[in-house]
Amino acid sequence: MAQLKKFARFRDVMKEVNAKGAALYKNPVGTEDLVILSPYAINYIHSYAEDSPFFLGLAEGKIMGSECKACHYRYATPRSHCMNCGAETEWFTLPNEGRVHSWTTCYYGGEEFLKETPFNLALVEFDGVDTLLLARLKGAKEADMFIGMKVKAVFRRPPRYLVSDVHFVPSEKPRKK
Amino acid sequence: MPGQRKVYMISGGVTKFAKAHPDMDFRLMVKRAFDYAMKDVPDLKTSDIESSRISYFSDHFARQLKAASMVQDYLGLNPKDSRRIEWGGATGGQAIQAGWETVASGRNEVCLVAGFETMSHVETWKGNEFIALASDTNFDYPVGGFYTGYYALMVQRHIYEYLRKTKFAHVKDERKAQREATQEAKRVMAMVSVKNHVNANHNPYSQYPEKLSMKEALGREMVAYPLNRPMICTMSDGAAVAILASEDVAFKYTDHPVLIKGVGCGTDTMRLADRPHGSVPRFQWEKAEDYSGLRYPGVHSFRAGRAAALEAYKNAGISDPKKELDFVELHDAYASSEIQTYEDIGLCRYGEGYDFVDQGHPFLEGIEYGLELPHRGTIPVNPSGGLIACGHPVGATGIMQGVFAFWQLQGSIQKHFGNDELQIKGAKRGLIHSHAGTGSSVTVTIMERA
Repeated sequence: MAQLKKFARFRDVMKEVNAKGAALYKNPVGTEDLVILSPYAINYIHSYAEDSPFFLGLAEGKIMGSECKACHYRYATPRSHCMNCGAETEWFTLPNEGRVHSWTTCYYGGEEFLKETPFNLALVEFDGVDTLLLARLKGAKEADMFIGMKVKAVFRRPPRYLVSDVHFVPSEKPRKK
Repeated sequence: MPGQRKVYMISGGVTKFAKAHPDMDFRLMVKRAFDYAMKDVPDLKTSDIESSRISYFSDHFARQLKAASMVQDYLGLNPKDSRRIEWGGATGGQAIQAGWETVASGRNEVCLVAGFETMSHVETWKGNEFIALASDTNFDYPVGGFYTGYYALMVQRHIYEYLRKTKFAHVKDERKAQREATQEAKRVMAMVSVKNHVNANHNPYSQYPEKLSMKEALGREMVAYPLNRPMICTMSDGAAVAILASEDVAFKYTDHPVLIKGVGCGTDTMRLADRPHGSVPRFQWEKAEDYSGLRYPGVHSFRAGRAAALEAYKNAGISDPKKELDFVELHDAYASSEIQTYEDIGLCRYGEGYDFVDQGHPFLEGIEYGLELPHRGTIPVNPSGGLIACGHPVGATGIMQGVFAFWQLQGSIQKHFGNDELQIKGAKRGLIHSHAGTGSSVTVTIMERA
């Protein structure tokens, strides 16, 4: 192995470790710390289990919510049992149009989504439904969006069987300023 | 609290929170904080400690399962009772309450509460990904999982409920009204950011002390609208410990123990989308008509924080927190959530949080902020600098708040900080608040000078 390079700035240590696998950090406290690259990757075999119909629904161009059989509380983000009364829920199809309950534009994100920035997040509310759905809002800039804005669902083709198989766009064209 | 023994904090220690501590692994960080705390109570021997509650948030950051057992081992506490505590962002607050429980129940006389996090082991954006795994991985994470994004969604609705519908109700154009309300909120959030960074200048343990001006605070890079860099806490490495003891032994080890007067804990749905729209669980000084037409908690307020505060105040016999508390150390992962938390824990009513800051109530007397603050010092919030300026090594954070509160109540800030700028003179009672997820779990603990 080649001679380890030594750095006084930890940022440089990180860069070297990413490129070469190891480096020495000349620590201001007077120690020399050996820093190595330690990769970690996992493939999970993940079952959506009781939530499966929601994701299969997205693949068919439908957003499936769930309604409590006992108290009729209606969930836009489904769950198989009611959080209020504990009874079983049944599936129903949500409208493809809703309103922005809240929104933001993310200029940074977790590493997996960093390349997609900036992107918009919205909590979407639907008429006659008690809870919300979190989704991306596309086709709108920061200056276009507002709470109460009408939005409609767009489905990914082919599906990836992720919640991101549905996103929303403004129902009406943004007004010109 | 009936049927429970009184529990005191008798000592504490904190490592300086830093972006990275490559010279210390988690065991050595905890050891340093532990040795500091032990030095402060020389009559206490390691053999007097009967149990430990050890907290860290993320197995992903640690990449070492059973890391709490390695801390127990390194501190020489085997073969005594120990367990790991994990509760998201509220891990540290929950660890203190777990330690309190074991002493209050009579099982132990002395319990060590120790926490750490080593977030520097991955790059910042990978770290953000790890933290986002603490949101529902079926429904929330794949949309673009990012906690600052979630908190931005929450504060946007908070602004809509409490500024758009009130101060900006006269603006006819909806978009314009919302935009102006957000600008106003952003100005107030920048004041919180200035407060916490400026306070931290006098706290030698803090990671980001800064003489931050309003202009700088408002001008920095946007992360998730309307939250920008100085309004958000960052990744840290650090450790903190608190030593708890029963009334029978506490005074053997120190003349100035601090009573854990009351504990409270609350919860809410993991997913923001599921938050109910009901009515406010009220403090006795709030009236139903204060909140007519308000659908609560929605995504704008933290019902878990309200529930935790209600329980803690009941247990501590507090009826008016603004009058009966001398300071608060709360979980300001975001400047927005600091303002939301004022309302949850009853420093003001729901909807009054922005005004509370604007009037200066949570600012310290005697510190120069470069702001006009007519009512400063009513109840200082985050005199230490909070998470925004001290850093947020998750498993240590709630314990760090406990240690800073302990020193405030002992009147020993001068001794531990090397200056007394942040010492609240005559502080008798303080509150620490630890908060997880998008507000899915919150602890509130009341501490009182003995």
